[in-house]
Amino acid sequence: MSSVSLVVRNAVWKKKKVDLLVARGRVAALIPSARKTRVEAAQEVDASGLLLLPSLTDCHTHLREPGFEYKEDIASGLDAAAHGGFGNVLCMANTDPVNDNATVTERMLDRARAAWPHGPRLYPIGALSRGLKAEELAPMAELAGAGCVAFSNDGLPVPRAEFFRRAMEYAWDQGKVVIDHCEEPSMARGAGMNEGVVSGRLGLPAQPDVAEAAQVARDILLADYLKIPIHLAHISCRRSVELIAWAKERGVPVTAETCPHYLTLTEERVEGYDTAAKVNPPLRTRDDVEAMLQALRTGVIDILATDHAPHAAHEKEVEFDLAPCGISGLDTALSVTWGLVEKKLLALDDLVRAWSEAPCRVFGLPENRFQAGDPADFLLFDPTAAWEVTPEAMRSKGKNTPLLGTRLRGRVAAHFLGGKKVV
Amino acid sequence: MQWRHKDLLDVSQLSADEARHVLDTARYFREINSRPVKKVPTLKGRSVVLFFAEPSTRTKTSFDVAGKRLSADTFSLAKSGSSLSKGESLKDTALTLQAMNPDAIVLRHSAGGAAQFMAERLECSVINAGDGRHAHPTQALLDAFTLTERWGALKGRTVLILGDIAHSRVARSNVLLLNLLGARVRLCGPRTLLPPGVDTWEAEVFSDLGKAVRGADAVMCLRLQLERMQAGLLPDLREYSRTFGLGEGHMAQAAPDALVLHPGPINRGVEIASDLADSGRSMILDQVASGVAVRMALLFLYMTRKSAE
Repeated sequence: MSSVSLVVRNAVWKKKKVDLLVARGRVAALIPSARKTRVEAAQEVDASGLLLLPSLTDCHTHLREPGFEYKEDIASGLDAAAHGGFGNVLCMANTDPVNDNATVTERMLDRARAAWPHGPRLYPIGALSRGLKAEELAPMAELAGAGCVAFSNDGLPVPRAEFFRRAMEYAWDQGKVVIDHCEEPSMARGAGMNEGVVSGRLGLPAQPDVAEAAQVARDILLADYLKIPIHLAHISCRRSVELIAWAKERGVPVTAETCPHYLTLTEERVEGYDTAAKVNPPLRTRDDVEAMLQALRTGVIDILATDHAPHAAHEKEVEFDLAPCGISGLDTALSVTWGLVEKKLLALDDLVRAWSEAPCRVFGLPENRFQAGDPADFLLFDPTAAWEVTPEAMRSKGKNTPLLGTRLRGRVAAHFLGGKKVV
Repeated sequence: MQWRHKDLLDVSQLSADEARHVLDTARYFREINSRPVKKVPTLKGRSVVLFFAEPSTRTKTSFDVAGKRLSADTFSLAKSGSSLSKGESLKDTALTLQAMNPDAIVLRHSAGGAAQFMAERLECSVINAGDGRHAHPTQALLDAFTLTERWGALKGRTVLILGDIAHSRVARSNVLLLNLLGARVRLCGPRTLLPPGVDTWEAEVFSDLGKAVRGADAVMCLRLQLERMQAGLLPDLREYSRTFGLGEGHMAQAAPDALVLHPGPINRGVEIASDLADSGRSMILDQVASGVAVRMALLFLYMTRKSAE
């Protein structure tokens, strides 16, 4: 144990008090604290009262650089990620220019390394189609070679099933998964909220949940036919999870993610034309929220993702119809989902699985299970720390969240990546 | 009654007593409109901005006439003549208007919630003259005024609202106000033009005009817009008029002396048979006259609110 560089003592992992030993950036051992092993280390951390968690992976983030740095840039986005507990960040391709060529991918990676040399680590998601226009395939081999870990047209659904099928096939040739933004566009055009009682009352253009589920069904059938995995982004409603459950029972290679806001907020948050609650897919009903929680508990939903979508204040301070969709999520995601654990709606194991194990598995990233040799990517989480969501408390440039003014419990006390403290 | 509201965003803000107070006040002002000299100094020196960011002739003219008859200075601003057409945000337009210190802004806007957006940012009163598909409270109040002038009260009466309910701010506000004042409301239109969640509204819902009209005391037709066909919500105007256009035959099924209303402008032969629009049952021009009186009442109540406190 002479090469141990860091010892974290008295942290709680799986309800037991443990000491974590780190050597050369990797987990050396995880031992019960009671053992009182004498270890010489350059650095010791007393983590009494703190939970030990593997660093989180967000497989669905919009970092806005290049092109929209006024909303967010890679440095500020990774700052929010680091403080929010995320060690791996997969960023979507809807930048300007679109990440549909190696130059953009390489620039993103360079910017990330320059701003955060020890992590959080950036993993770009390449565009599925050139310019996200869903007309020509993007050069996926080139993009994979430059460092893209998956492909997606996120932000703009792919309407033509034949094109989408070819994209799935071509991406799989590169060993990469396609992430689909599930939205049947003709049913969702111009819509900023869920179709239902509230939209009827407010008179706002709305999309029904079946607009999402119809595309989910298409993707499942394609994955079944092609025997090629598909990952379904930001699932929001009961109808979709029922289809995904059916697919998984049949052995279709499908995985799916949802976001903290679909587990906690309902369409009523749009009342008063609150643009902070305008998100795509839209916030759904109480029944959908319950279905999403159940799906996460049972593994029908594999992954939690933020769909972090920062916008500048002036862009959201407009008429509801004109406001862009999106919620800034990196700062609040872990606290919000920890709140669900406190309410016993989720187990801590669900969080570990959905924020860490599953995304690493699906996208082929190094994973920390606290086995010897795993990357020493972990965080110390203070479950009792209360904080108020204010613009000042958020590290992201995007302050657009319906949670502003809300008090949350649970916050990252320290975050280590490769054994180095980043927060 | 002391008026406690700063803004009129929708009729849902009003209690039944407040709505009746508006109608009572309108009744007083209606008398002014029949005088040889139709002007009183009530709002002399006060200023009203008529900010119509969406085309409108009758509502804007109605507010303009109402303001002038109360001796207020009215200033018109249209989107085409405003900085909105140069890309200025609604927030900046609101702040610019605020800096000119008007007493009230009458706002028509194509976006639902625009009136609330303005009201949250302005110190002066904001009167919603129609926002998107959301609300048209002054239209609902003038419709209620028109009916109460004829009937005395709405309690126990059945009013059918016919046509494109889904896209109608007039329907939304009328459902609320008619219920508030004790009327029973029916809605009728093709399923493609009924809003989601309509079964939760305080109204009976029909897609069969023959059934819907039976025994109704009034039928309120809504304007049908051509883009409904382009959006695939209807086959064509002919089929709509044959299925949902209101004619004398339908009115024979309604209550004796049943009334016909339309917020205008009407498409003769589409929403309503031409003869019926001109018949003794038609309240269409009464609605226009009521509009001026109701808007005078509203300008008076909202613009004298501070002095009343």
